[in-house]
Amino acid sequence: MDFGETAVKASAFSYFRAATIDQALDAHARAGDDARFIAGGQSLVPALSLRLQAPRLLIDITHIAELRGVRREGACLRIGALTRHCEMLSEPLIAEFAPLLHAAAPFVAHPAIRNRGTFGGSVALADPASEFPAMTLALDAEIEIAGASGRRRVKADEFFFDLFETALQPGELITAIYVPLFKADQRFAFDELARRRGDYALVGCGMLATFTSDRIDDIRISFFSVGNRPMRAKAAEAALIGFGLDAEHIAAAQAALEDDLAPPENDEVPPAMRLHLARVLLGRLLGRLGEGA
Amino acid sequence: MTAPLTSLDRPNSYIGRSLPRPNAKRLLAGRGRYVSDLRLPRMLHAAFLRSPHAHAKIVSIKTDEARALEGVHLVATGADLATICTPWTGTLDHFKGMTSAPQLPLPLDRVVWAGQAVVAVVAENRATAEDALELIEVDYEDLPIVVDIDGAREADSPLVNPGSVSNVCFRSQLDSGAVDDAFAHAAHVVEEEFSFGRHTAVTLEPRAIVADYDPAAGMLTVHHGTQTPYQFQDLYSRHYGIPEARVRVIATDIGGSFGMKLHVYHEDMAVVGLSILLGRPVKYVADRIESFVSDIHARDHRVRARMALDAKGEILAMDVLDLTAIGAFSTYPRTSVVEGNQVVRLIGAPYRFRNYRATLEVIFQNKVQTSQYRAVGHPIACAVTERMVDMAAAKLGLDPFAIRAQNVIADDAYPQTSPTGYRFEALSHEACLKRLQEMMGYDGLRAEQAELRKRGIYRGIGIATFVEITNPSPAFYGVGGARISSQDGAIVSLTPSGEVRCLISVTEQGQGTEAIISQIVADQLGLAQEHVKVITGDTEVTPHGGATWACRGAGIGGETALQAARALKRNILEIAALILQEQPSALDIIDGDVVDAGTRNRRLPISEIARIVYFRSDTLPPGTQAQLTVSHHFAPQGYPFAFTNGIQGCSLEVDVDTGFIKLLKHFIVEDCGRVINPMLVDEQLRGGIVQGLGAALFEECRYSETGQLVNGSLADYLVPMPMEMPDIAIAHVDTPTADTELGAKGVGEAGTAAASACVLNAVNDALVPFGAAVNSIPITPARVLKALKRF
Ligand SMILES: Cc1cc2nc3c(=O)[nH]c(=O)nc-3n(C[C@H](O)[C@H](O)[C@H](O)COP(=O)(O)OP(=O)(O)OC[C@H]3O[C@@H](n4cnc5c(N)ncnc54)[C@H](O)[C@@H]3O)c2cc1C
Repeated sequence: MDFGETAVKASAFSYFRAATIDQALDAHARAGDDARFIAGGQSLVPALSLRLQAPRLLIDITHIAELRGVRREGACLRIGALTRHCEMLSEPLIAEFAPLLHAAAPFVAHPAIRNRGTFGGSVALADPASEFPAMTLALDAEIEIAGASGRRRVKADEFFFDLFETALQPGELITAIYVPLFKADQRFAFDELARRRGDYALVGCGMLATFTSDRIDDIRISFFSVGNRPMRAKAAEAALIGFGLDAEHIAAAQAALEDDLAPPENDEVPPAMRLHLARVLLGRLLGRLGEGA
Repeated sequence: MTAPLTSLDRPNSYIGRSLPRPNAKRLLAGRGRYVSDLRLPRMLHAAFLRSPHAHAKIVSIKTDEARALEGVHLVATGADLATICTPWTGTLDHFKGMTSAPQLPLPLDRVVWAGQAVVAVVAENRATAEDALELIEVDYEDLPIVVDIDGAREADSPLVNPGSVSNVCFRSQLDSGAVDDAFAHAAHVVEEEFSFGRHTAVTLEPRAIVADYDPAAGMLTVHHGTQTPYQFQDLYSRHYGIPEARVRVIATDIGGSFGMKLHVYHEDMAVVGLSILLGRPVKYVADRIESFVSDIHARDHRVRARMALDAKGEILAMDVLDLTAIGAFSTYPRTSVVEGNQVVRLIGAPYRFRNYRATLEVIFQNKVQTSQYRAVGHPIACAVTERMVDMAAAKLGLDPFAIRAQNVIADDAYPQTSPTGYRFEALSHEACLKRLQEMMGYDGLRAEQAELRKRGIYRGIGIATFVEITNPSPAFYGVGGARISSQDGAIVSLTPSGEVRCLISVTEQGQGTEAIISQIVADQLGLAQEHVKVITGDTEVTPHGGATWACRGAGIGGETALQAARALKRNILEIAALILQEQPSALDIIDGDVVDAGTRNRRLPISEIARIVYFRSDTLPPGTQAQLTVSHHFAPQGYPFAFTNGIQGCSLEVDVDTGFIKLLKHFIVEDCGRVINPMLVDEQLRGGIVQGLGAALFEECRYSETGQLVNGSLADYLVPMPMEMPDIAIAHVDTPTADTELGAKGVGEAGTAAASACVLNAVNDALVPFGAAVNSIPITPARVLKALKRF
């Protein structure tokens, strides 16, 4: 059946398939930045159909070889921007060296979406309810960006500014994300509270901790669906560093969350409820971490 | 071991057999013919500009730029369509005193809900039509809005319909027995206020229509995804002044309806007008967001209820107030009052008490209309009644099963008339209760619950008894003046090859209507089911009838098919008797052959009779006029409705820290009389239960204070999905109705009727150790945590 005539509702746009990063950047600049890169399309296409966005040009980046692939580079895992959510589940290097991403992946949407949606697209979009952007914070990852002025790497801690606002400038491309390799003295935990499997969570959290026997030397805790951007829970982290995961310190971390999170007004999940859920989730995850996660 | 022979062991005995739906494979293979798929030559596409305001005056509409856009054929406003379409009013005479403002396809000077269609654009394709919408400028002047039920009832409330005296659409009171006296002398009284959110149907295929007016023939053909083509034939004819015989409505495959697609929608009426104005086919398919803001919503009730009991736990009386908000208009032609009317008439229905008072107030507000949706009124009535019964049981220290067993109408006490005037032919509450208790392993569940509580795991067990209204007579709509049929018609023919075609007025929306009709016809005629072709949903070829609503397809449509098939069989045997020189009574038909009734010896295939009748009538005795096509109508008589009953149970777990609810298992024992196809009945029950569970936990149309729907997408409006659904165990009790030969009653709404009540009771059961209770549906994590005072 030809859906062409009847079903397309997006505004008209032109399409360009880029073969290299330079072609993609160039096409964007020539369109006077009235353009969008399209990767998995799992966020962009709905936005086009809803006419929330109406760019003049779509630049397909899915054929750029340099954006693909997962490999070790020194102390890091280089995860190409085009790595799809489903590959987070199937790629052995990720399971071994970035197990937190592997653990988060089943919670991202549904199989059909995971088959197309990309890591780079998810981080570029920076939806505050998304799992992966928040996990880049917990992992202390670096985001590699290509733009008119060349390449640069931005720490995840310095990448997410505000609602859908990031260090990425218009016309810039995420090429890869660098994640420090998971080490033997580390533990991680991930979970979220979503109404239905695959939904965006009411609250979600991932954490990565370094231990000396049962004492926490370092911990990075990151929440999503708690505000305008993915959030580190630094006060909670501080309440834990240097201690074991006993009931007292877990409670202290839960109490400290008040200083970390300021959930927005919402008709369905009032701020106090979201903070409560974040505390419950934090307590459960720290409990699991204590058991060796 | 061999089982004893049953009636199912006869050849061609299809009634009572689980058979796959003949159309299932076609639909699964992607061969469905949905209106959404339809493309006609010269077809154009409509799109609608919608109001961003919940209530506003239309000051001006500028359409010049849109008209000038290449590919745009027509831009039409309310005034343009008002010249060719007469207004409609959603009232019925038997709801005394009800009011509703007249409606037109598009408004003339005022919008009354956010999302209401205001301007139509017709273009070469949908994208161009939507481009044009962006070029239209409408100037609005905000008017005060009415959004919540309480506000709407205040004396100084703004009015949804300026010029009316209040926002009340309809008010009624039922009062029977001695209610005040019963409460005055009661040993126990329980009391609660409930709220039930709005939800909506969310059909897989949205509303879809292609109107095709041919000015040369003066003929209107409408391809319409609806469950009631005859109703729309009548309405298009009368509102556009086209003779009924020149209006054809075709409803082929439909991707779900659930009652949602039997109401008049402004866009649909507009599309017919647009086609008339242009003389070309015009198509409109609602997108998902449009569906959320323009499909009917359902429920939206606030109920205050009291129940009086004696010291032993005998229910003495109930006293109820139901406030229900329906949007800015009552829907046409079935109104938005039926839901509330059924709530107040069904409350308490399973029980014996005689003292009952109920007040119903139906209120206008600036939201999209609510109206009939699967299990109209039932889930509200059931949840209120069953929660009250559980509250009473708790107060008296009785087990939920025990208090119900004590109070339901006894199975041997029928016929009975309820305090609200419903006449029950025969129900089976006692048998169902007993069966459910066994099936659930109730005692084991209770023991497990007690054990787990010690470990901080909070399980809840809930049960809910229900009564369902099916097989409606004209008492439902006809008496109120609506041209909505409660009878059905069938035309059954023997083809020249000896197969059978059955054209019937009941329609198919995926529930298996065509399957059961072919089973009944094949069973009654005595031939293989695959030799029966059933045709539905085209007013030009199928006889006039009620089609699909209120659980009537099997009970009324099925009986129509049964009687028609028997008439055709008589005619076939008459001819066979002439050919074989026998008495017709000495013959029968088995597997497509005429046989000796006594010996079952084969005499003549019916294909041979067909051949002779159609091609060699000269060989029949002079004067013979064979009638191998029979048309037959059946109107239900006897009881005004065939009531069914049943009981549901569920087990669930409440996470008391997060407020999340995990459904563990659901059970139903149901009595729909004669089961024609057990597999389809079970599918109906499962589907219905899942819709009820959606209402219980997930589905709610949420509005802002400014009357904006805030969750009008499938990301934000949560429909039930498989991962969260429990296994559903099903059992049956069979009490056929004696009003028909077939004995079938309806089953489509039974699942939805009690599922949410069951969950409400189970959640409250789980919360008992905390002294907390919930009384709002859907039961969201926020509501559970609020009840537990966790934030
Ligand atoms: C039904 C549904 C449910 C979903 N549920 C979830 C969920 O639970 N959790 C979740 O995290 N996500 C969810 N998603 C979103 C999904 O994960 C998206 O795929 C992801 O957010 C974006 O990746 P993409 O490759 O599809 O990006 P696209 O849709 O192609 O692009 C998104 C945006 O990122 C930009 N972009 C893409 N790649 C790059 C790049 N390399 N450099 C710079 N900019 C780029 C695009 O220009 C665009 O603005 C869901 C989506 C759907 C449709």
